[in-house]
Amino acid sequence: MSAVMVSKKVLRKWEKLPGKNTFCCDGRVMMARQKGVFYLTLFLIVGTCALFFAFECPYLAVHLSPAIPVFAIILFFFVMATLLRTSFSDPGVLPRALPDEATFIEMEIEAANGNVPAGQRPPPRIRNVQINNQIVKLKYCYTCKIFRPPRASHCGICDNCVERFDHHCPWVGNCVGKRNYRYFYLFTLSLSLLTIYIFTFDIVHVVLRSVDSGFVNTLKDTPGTVLEVVVCFFTLWSVVGLTGFHTYLVSLNQTTNEDIKGSWSGKNRVQNPYSHRNIMKNCCEVLCGPMHPSALDRRGELVELPLAPVPIPASKNNKENPQTTKATAPLISNEHTPDDVKSSIAPELEGGVEVMPSPLENKHPPSEPPTPPPAEPAETTVEPDGAF
Amino acid sequence: MRPRSGLLIQDTIQSGSRRTFNMAETHSLQDMRQQAAIASKVFVQRDYSTGTTCQFQMKFLPELENRIDKQQFEETVRTLNNLYAEAEKIGGKSYLEGCLACLTAYTIFLCMETHYEKVLKKIAKYIQEQNDKIYAPRGMLITDPIERGLRVIEITIYEDRIGGNGR
Repeated sequence: MSAVMVSKKVLRKWEKLPGKNTFCCDGRVMMARQKGVFYLTLFLIVGTCALFFAFECPYLAVHLSPAIPVFAIILFFFVMATLLRTSFSDPGVLPRALPDEATFIEMEIEAANGNVPAGQRPPPRIRNVQINNQIVKLKYCYTCKIFRPPRASHCGICDNCVERFDHHCPWVGNCVGKRNYRYFYLFTLSLSLLTIYIFTFDIVHVVLRSVDSGFVNTLKDTPGTVLEVVVCFFTLWSVVGLTGFHTYLVSLNQTTNEDIKGSWSGKNRVQNPYSHRNIMKNCCEVLCGPMHPSALDRRGELVELPLAPVPIPASKNNKENPQTTKATAPLISNEHTPDDVKSSIAPELEGGVEVMPSPLENKHPPSEPPTPPPAEPAETTVEPDGAF
Repeated sequence: MRPRSGLLIQDTIQSGSRRTFNMAETHSLQDMRQQAAIASKVFVQRDYSTGTTCQFQMKFLPELENRIDKQQFEETVRTLNNLYAEAEKIGGKSYLEGCLACLTAYTIFLCMETHYEKVLKKIAKYIQEQNDKIYAPRGMLITDPIERGLRVIEITIYEDRIGGNGR
């Protein structure tokens, strides 16, 4: 009596993941929702390189050296590979807590806070840990229902907690975090090199040609050069600057997020506990460290299995529909206060299953005929009817 | 509290995806999952005292007291910690892997597994083994931490079929 497995379509986990990501190629590709600027990046890079190969390379290969286009191709390939790798990979998203874990954490928090007199706000949910003789505060994420590991942060655009969160980059259309930071850094570095390379050889090309036919005629013969020079000029300042900034961050083993917030700025004798105090070591760790796997098993299959009776309080409403249910953390928007969160989590104490109206608007809708009753809006999914 | 029937979607990991499982052994564990009722779940938290490397706390949780030996539990957690430390070790081998990958613009991972992934397979096997030999006979199951984002080790405690002494 499967409502999910209809004909040959296999339901994969990415289709039910919370958060505001888009997935392509059956879960192999993971990006943010807004991809417009990413397409612009692609267009600029591919377009400028195409113009370079069309206008500059024939002349320079003959008059200077055939190695010039070859090296340009290698650089271009490297830029594209790192860009696509940055954009398409999981930045290090932390899966949200399942209901059991969320409840467990809630109970721990309550035990720690003791009795809060009515009318008073409960104290903020913070855990202190000591890392390398530094007290680091771990904050609780109301969306993901977890205490964020050190250096993790919640991205509002993608609606996920990301480990070692650096920043959300619209140019690559994805968050930059633990898993894809090195690709991002190599992308900015190689793009800087490519921009400088193209810019230099544009100038060389124009100079060489002007010697023969004059400056104005050269520009008329190769109009693409003008366009390239303009694009490269503006790109140079931004990308080279960005590369310099990230080189500085890498040498200190800091993230953009920490830099902006001034977490380790030195006030109150606070120092970066993650730094090895050695530039080479920091660079090696960030760029050549282990390649962490994705915690989201995007391509794993979601399979239904009939479950033997589970001791859960009777639920009238849920019995009606043979819906696909899944034990997963309900989506509760950030505006909810801790009390709302608590009251909505409590019914799921028994590891009960709940209907989850996954944000289907940006994913392929699974071919299940009966959709869960409280389908959209995907604000809250919990039915507060005390069922479980 | 009346039992209710319903559907539960369970994660099945198929070959071809990231992790593989021994299907025969999984079957017996799945039988247990299907027949026994979940009494409670405990979560072994991460230990951040050494930084962001993946280590779990060795604290013996009270719910496990009458189920398993403290030493046994600590041994399991210690071995897992060692395995994760091995996966995340920064040294000559990881540098070599990183540089080689960089030179090939990371295309080499289309045909090769990373060191971390290899160790994760070892960890999955170890957990399977521990479940079969030690935890399942005592009515418990350990969930691989990677399925919880390496945040917690989730130990599911099942009700005693004989006693039915639940929570």
